[in-house]
Amino acid sequence: MRRGELTMWLAALFLGLTLVVAIFAGAVAPYRANEQDIARRLQPPALGPHLLGTDEVGRDVLSRLIYGARISLLVGVVAVALSCPLGVFVGVLAGYAGRRTDDVLMRVTEIQLAIPAILLAIAVVAVLGPGIRNVILTLSVTGWTLYARLTRGETLGVKARDFVQAARATGAGDLRIMTHHVLPNVLSPVIVVAVFAVANMIILEATLSFLGLGVEPDVVTWGRMLNGGRLYLSTAWWITAFPGLAIFLTVLAVNLLGDQLRDWLDPRLRNTLRSHQL
Amino acid sequence: MVGLGVSVAVFALVHLSGDPVLLMVSPDAPPEVVTTTRHVLGFDRPLYEQFGRYLGNALQGNLGVSLRMNRPVTTLILERLPATLQLTVAALVIAVVVAIPAGIVSAVKRGTLIDRLAMAGAVAGQAVPIFWLALLLIAFFGVRLRWLPVYGSGSLAHFVLPAVSLSTIIMGRLARLVRSSMLEVLGQDYVRTARAKGVGESRVLAVHALKNAAIPIVTLLGLQFAQLLGGAVVTETIFAWPGIGRLVVEAIFNRDFPVVQGVVLVVSLIFVAVNLLVDLSYAVLDPRIRTETA
Repeated sequence: MRRGELTMWLAALFLGLTLVVAIFAGAVAPYRANEQDIARRLQPPALGPHLLGTDEVGRDVLSRLIYGARISLLVGVVAVALSCPLGVFVGVLAGYAGRRTDDVLMRVTEIQLAIPAILLAIAVVAVLGPGIRNVILTLSVTGWTLYARLTRGETLGVKARDFVQAARATGAGDLRIMTHHVLPNVLSPVIVVAVFAVANMIILEATLSFLGLGVEPDVVTWGRMLNGGRLYLSTAWWITAFPGLAIFLTVLAVNLLGDQLRDWLDPRLRNTLRSHQL
Repeated sequence: MVGLGVSVAVFALVHLSGDPVLLMVSPDAPPEVVTTTRHVLGFDRPLYEQFGRYLGNALQGNLGVSLRMNRPVTTLILERLPATLQLTVAALVIAVVVAIPAGIVSAVKRGTLIDRLAMAGAVAGQAVPIFWLALLLIAFFGVRLRWLPVYGSGSLAHFVLPAVSLSTIIMGRLARLVRSSMLEVLGQDYVRTARAKGVGESRVLAVHALKNAAIPIVTLLGLQFAQLLGGAVVTETIFAWPGIGRLVVEAIFNRDFPVVQGVVLVVSLIFVAVNLLVDLSYAVLDPRIRTETA
């Protein structure tokens, strides 16, 4: 097995375990996410009832990490699941229709790309208000442009190919050509980009939570845990170290998986500027 | 065109959510306060009239008045913008100074331990959330070692921690791109010819290879400038840096939407300007583009 493949399997194993632990958080976590024990506040990591220590109000850090994984993975995956089809739809339509439709859709894409994602996200979430649904909606709104630009470029190449011309000659309509001939041929790079985007969404959600603009206050997230531990940096490093490490390892695993997937599905993306923009 | 579009987007953002006045006043404000605020701010006028006035004012540099500070938004942004630009440029310089040599060395020493270590560092750097890195830097260099100040601005030492943490947003990506671009260029005939003519290795790398690999690198820097400006929002909040990033976060918590609108608009226009400069720099970097344009 090549080193790249081994790394990918390790990353997949880590993500699989995180997913299982997140799904069965209620059974796996030693305590409930918001269960407090003031008498045991700020306990350092140690073998015993609190393996990764406790926070400023005596909540178990390990249990909160496990429950926090639910939100990070849920938000990351669902935001991509919503933004990806929207972006692909816009990109295929722009690339296939061309002319004015292409101009209008690409100008809209450029306008959104001119606003930094995090700035757009905090502005949208500030208008919509906190909550998981609004955070997912916000991240979906910020994420679709990536797929739109990529799919549009791919569609421009595919629509000039012989098999599309042949389909048109046999009387296939535009909708059929787009869904049956163009779409399947532009999906490989989209899948690769979508995997990288999950990592970006996880970081973006954690950033919103860290700034206090994420989900509801009683919902535990890795970003919120980091924010809560800020005031105890000198006395209780573990409150910030472990959630940060969880974000880092999860994002790293997703990126490594994306790297390998890119080499398999779309080697053209390797060593290009586009792959480094993701 | 993009500037006009961003203006529409920013204006629509506040209005699409419903009555913008309800976003600005306290949730328990009496109805008469809501009505008065709506009238004073002109939100009782037709939407096209409001947008026309907003755009007309924006073109004259008037971005409205802060609801909390009762000062012109333009003045607030101009006061804070230099601090953000200084921080962003400092982060950009650190990223370039670290990533370009790392990418070049990796490409030249391809497959060696140095290459693997540098690229492992780059991949890890891409996965580190900057707010976590910032907290780690504060805990170690600020709290434990007491070497560097952890908040505020005013001296060169104040720049170090925020600029270093902000620079990691693009450092890993940049190092990987420099490596791949250099690998591509180092295999070209003109590099082989230069070496065959006896040109020194450092000259081959700096003049023949790096210059030809520069366009994707400069393009990435331009595109990633938005990431840096966005990342400044987080960095400035953590390090109490007096820039527009912190201003916008404070404005959101204070429901001060004219300030939020103004900052989003100004940051987007800066991004557009930076990418225009990047486009213009292509002609300087590659004489063929100059010839084609002519």
